[in-house]
Amino acid sequence: MPPGHFFHPTGRMRVRQEAAMDIAVDGLCKTFRSGSRLCCALHQIDLRIRAGEMVALLGSSGSGKSTLMRHLNGLALGDCGSVRIGGLDVQHRGRIHGDVRRVRAQVGMIFQQFNLVGRLSVATNVLAGMLHRLPLWRSLTMRFTRAERLAALDALDRVGLVEQAWQRASTLSGGQQQRAAIARTLVQKARLILGDEPIASLDPESAKRVMDDLAAINREDGTTVVVSLHQVDFALAYCPRTVALRAGRVVFDGPSIEITPEILREVYGGDAASQQRAVGSSRIVRPAHSPPAAAVAAV
Amino acid sequence: MNHQLPPFSWTNALWHAGFLLAFAALMAWAWHGARLDPLLLLTNAGNSYEFAQGFLKPNFHDWRAYVDEIAVTLHMALWGTVLAVVGAVPLGLLAAANIAPWWVRQPARRLLDALRAINEMVFALFFMVAVGLGPFAGTLALFVHTTGILGKLFSEVVESIDQRPVEGIRATGANRLEEIVYGVIPQVLPMWISYALYRFESNVRSASVVGMVGAGGIGYFLNESVRSYDYGATAVIMGLIVITVVAIDVVSAQVRKATL
Ligand SMILES: Nc1ncnc2c1ncn2[C@@H]1O[C@H](COP(=O)(O)OP(=O)(O)OP(=O)(O)O)[C@@H](O)[C@H]1O
Ligand SMILES: [Mg+2]
Repeated sequence: MPPGHFFHPTGRMRVRQEAAMDIAVDGLCKTFRSGSRLCCALHQIDLRIRAGEMVALLGSSGSGKSTLMRHLNGLALGDCGSVRIGGLDVQHRGRIHGDVRRVRAQVGMIFQQFNLVGRLSVATNVLAGMLHRLPLWRSLTMRFTRAERLAALDALDRVGLVEQAWQRASTLSGGQQQRAAIARTLVQKARLILGDEPIASLDPESAKRVMDDLAAINREDGTTVVVSLHQVDFALAYCPRTVALRAGRVVFDGPSIEITPEILREVYGGDAASQQRAVGSSRIVRPAHSPPAAAVAAV
Repeated sequence: MNHQLPPFSWTNALWHAGFLLAFAALMAWAWHGARLDPLLLLTNAGNSYEFAQGFLKPNFHDWRAYVDEIAVTLHMALWGTVLAVVGAVPLGLLAAANIAPWWVRQPARRLLDALRAINEMVFALFFMVAVGLGPFAGTLALFVHTTGILGKLFSEVVESIDQRPVEGIRATGANRLEEIVYGVIPQVLPMWISYALYRFESNVRSASVVGMVGAGGIGYFLNESVRSYDYGATAVIMGLIVITVVAIDVVSAQVRKATL
């Protein structure tokens, strides 16, 4: 990818994020070996994401979205290539960087499901977001100060879950679990949020709610947000920029409004017709208070 | 759609027959090794009758001493189990494939194997040399052997957990210990408690046996009564042990329910 291809929504956000949480992926590849069969999940991925961006990651099932996300914070190791976040190494040529926890502390991850510890309370799950800045004796004994617990409640309030704070995480509905995970990234004070299909398996209303939360965090805190999505219309409505994967390769990277039916056909293969219909019929309407970022970016 | 069943295979049938034969041969060999002789039960029926008589005429004469010793047995089992849990938690974690690298896991597993391989009776004899006759030796024996058992069970529970919550914790920048405390322990706790309670119950039984070699507990009286043909007393002691174990089972079922 040519270096001039960087894409950032507004200059304002670039200024706000001085110690930038830029993501730099260079030549990342990953091959899974299951038995004798090789499966090239990521193929020479080059990617630059600027601090403050809100980026959608599109691609059909098995195209490598989750795999890429897990490489970004070093939960998985590539075979070659490197990942750097905010100028710090995450991994390089298949070796994890020794100090990866410092990066992870600033990167909040929302998994598609089961990311919460079901038997702990919602509040404790959210408090786990601040483990990285607690002294060890307090984190291991689960001793959180009053201020810390209030901060967790604040975060839960922001995603509309204060009522459920003290019940077990396993008792939450799917959408509520996603929001609790978002609250955890808030408490974590994450400056980059990786959302792996955060709205898959949610009803349209909850999906909109979760995307609204992410958009608000992106807008108000200048947090970089990368979300993998299956719904193209959500990508168009919320994310100024889209990166599309097909069979482990980046096949599109640019402003979401430039996505055409031809591009969708390239991304989704023969399945493009149904995707087109999804885009044409049910456009997601963003709430009035947030300016359509895609339009801003296009200027 | 036409489904096809796999064709009858002579090789498979021969394998099955061969396996059954080998198993039968093994059992026959073991019959001799174990000196099994059911006829003895008939020819010596008189002895069994005498023993059974004891149960009809229970001897309550020393019941206070028995109850005291039952209490000692419980105390031994309690300390033995609690100490074993304290040892089994770190060892079980270190022996789990999803926690420790192989060069930690393998020594931990072999140590647990060794602790488990040697029976608590043997450990009791050993500790009696070290600390003398009495319940302390028995308690140490229970502790060491139970550590081996619980360590293995604990590590198997750890290996069966859902890895995703742990990754959720890891992704926040938490360190290994925090991953364990927040991601692993909450998942394994109910099973750990369940196994610890079960081992406590087993240890009450074991504690009544180590007493026979002089390592404290009700086993001493049990052994004495049988040796002196006082089957009435044997009956009372065995009854007390059964009542104790049943009581523990009832209580631990409640505890288990509360921890789920
Ligand atoms: N641990 C693994 N072992 C073997 N193959 C794997 C593993 N993880 C992922 N893969 C393979 O890598 C490819 C990419 O998988 P990935 O989960 O990243 O897809 P995805 O784009 O997230 O799909 P979805 O939209 O269904 O979540 C798939 O072909 C998958 O089978
Ligand atoms: Mg996925």
